Amino acid sequence: MSYLARRKFISRVAETLCAVAVLLALLPLAFILFYVIRQGIGSMNWAFFTQMPKPVGEVGGGMANAIVGTLIIIGIAALFAVPVGCICGIHLAEYPDTKFSSMVRFAADVLNGVPSIVVGIFAYGLVVLPVKRFSAIAGGVALGLLMIPIVVRTTEELLRLVPSGLREGALALGATRGRAVMTVILPAALPGILTGILVALARVAGETAPLLFTAFNNRFWSTNITQPMASLTVQIFTYAISPYDDWHRQAWAGAFLLVMIILTLSIVARLAVRRLERMNRT
Amino acid sequence: MKMRGSDDRTFRIGTGVFAAVVLLIVLGIGFELTRQSLLSIQKFGFSFWTGKVWDPVSGEFGAQPFIWGTLYSSVLALIIATPISLGIAIFISELSPRMLRQPLTYLTELLAAIPSIVYGLWGIFVLVPLVRKLELATPGFLKGIPLFKGPPLGVGMLSAALILAIMVVPFTSSVAREILKNVPSNQREAAYALGATRWEAIKVAMGYGKSGIIGAVMLGFGRALGETMAVTMVIGNNPQVSTSLFAPQYTMAAVIANEFTEAADELYLHALIEIGLLLFIITIAVNGMSRLLIWSMKSRSRHVVPIAPVTPEAVAA
Repeated sequence: MSYLARRKFISRVAETLCAVAVLLALLPLAFILFYVIRQGIGSMNWAFFTQMPKPVGEVGGGMANAIVGTLIIIGIAALFAVPVGCICGIHLAEYPDTKFSSMVRFAADVLNGVPSIVVGIFAYGLVVLPVKRFSAIAGGVALGLLMIPIVVRTTEELLRLVPSGLREGALALGATRGRAVMTVILPAALPGILTGILVALARVAGETAPLLFTAFNNRFWSTNITQPMASLTVQIFTYAISPYDDWHRQAWAGAFLLVMIILTLSIVARLAVRRLERMNRT
Repeated sequence: MKMRGSDDRTFRIGTGVFAAVVLLIVLGIGFELTRQSLLSIQKFGFSFWTGKVWDPVSGEFGAQPFIWGTLYSSVLALIIATPISLGIAIFISELSPRMLRQPLTYLTELLAAIPSIVYGLWGIFVLVPLVRKLELATPGFLKGIPLFKGPPLGVGMLSAALILAIMVVPFTSSVAREILKNVPSNQREAAYALGATRWEAIKVAMGYGKSGIIGAVMLGFGRALGETMAVTMVIGNNPQVSTSLFAPQYTMAAVIANEFTEAADELYLHALIEIGLLLFIITIAVNGMSRLLIWSMKSRSRHVVPIAPVTPEAVAA
């Protein structure tokens, strides 16, 4: 083989290997989704949504308390993470090049990489330890802390997608910075930011580790946020490592529900962002 | 009339306070974790990191098996995930038809959206039995090698490394793709002009983005280090230092997840939180480095002045 032919051959082989790598990643994805859907659909029933967990060993029952629990906990998380994250994102988008902004951006990125279980310990020290009781509030704080960096970065990115002409126009008409942001720039990016927040919510709704010792778990119906509360993910974990077949079935149903919520939200978000990008181009 | 300048200053400081909260959270985590682990830090000092015995009953705490398990599983995951992630990044940014680009990006990112607990569930019921079959099929002559020692349990280091690898791929590949996108096209064009093949041109682009690519790999490493649920569910949770892929082992995150609510006395709790503190420090360092590398690469490529295209008008002038 000539030198050139050999180089061309190597190039071909390498390119093929790259395509193989894509397949190697998509294979487990398909494998996981296939199992979650197959096992999940078969395990879903009305009782799953409406009934309480049955005592150990009894077949049947559902995760009604855990579903409501997850909603309450992520509600608490959103309550403080959304304002903090959004306003922080606005600051970063409006003053992108200051030293302070790049420090904050760095901190947000680093926080995003801190293991969720470590954030859980922080929430434990902050909320659980002083009152010596696991509570939904503690779980909400843990998830909120995990949400903040995601909300910060999506808000910033989406605000930057808003055509600069809009900002300049508002400022040229004599609007103050605050007014330009509140009445012109933010509304333009709002659909995108809202879906970004939904995605962040879906992301933290799938968290388990930080809830283990903050919201803990609860086999009973409870909407009291100062008490331990069940959540979908912790319930899946408890059921998955149990020896009972019926609990395994319910764990799959829970996983199916979780994955469906996340898939739907991520598709919605993708469409919203694409619309914003198109608007920007014209 | 109100002064516009003072309004703007209020806005800047007002939003800045919220931005400062993010900084405070990071500092707060470090402070709180240190405060809550003082008992253990004072009692054991450095021997906490080298001690091999973890015995809550007699109050003896050594974290070495967990540190080993975390590092070993993450490194193994990285060995599997890095070539695949880079392959994906190269394929999507350099080779794939334009039409496939968006869907492939979306699909690989979907891997990152699946919750850890779902990976764990799948791991217990699908991956572990598969790995067990694989272990049973290991030819006898390999059994002598320390890497393949031990009974074929299914749960253990190999399962953990495989699941971690799957979970890390989307992070590394999406950053590496961004990096490749940021490599100025004149780098590739110059390579082609010198007669390079497609792969050689890609190698030039990879070389240009080297620091960013290293950053992408480190980002994946940071993810693997802190991953909790999926690993807890498949690694076997047995504190031992072993190089065997088949051996059930334990990680730092897993021991916190499993034992935190059982920690009856204060010293036990402080020992667990100290493990959390170390995990925090390691991930901050790894992530910080990775971000700096990625940023430096991105800002470097932004400063490249694009060469003006040769247009008929330019020639006429």
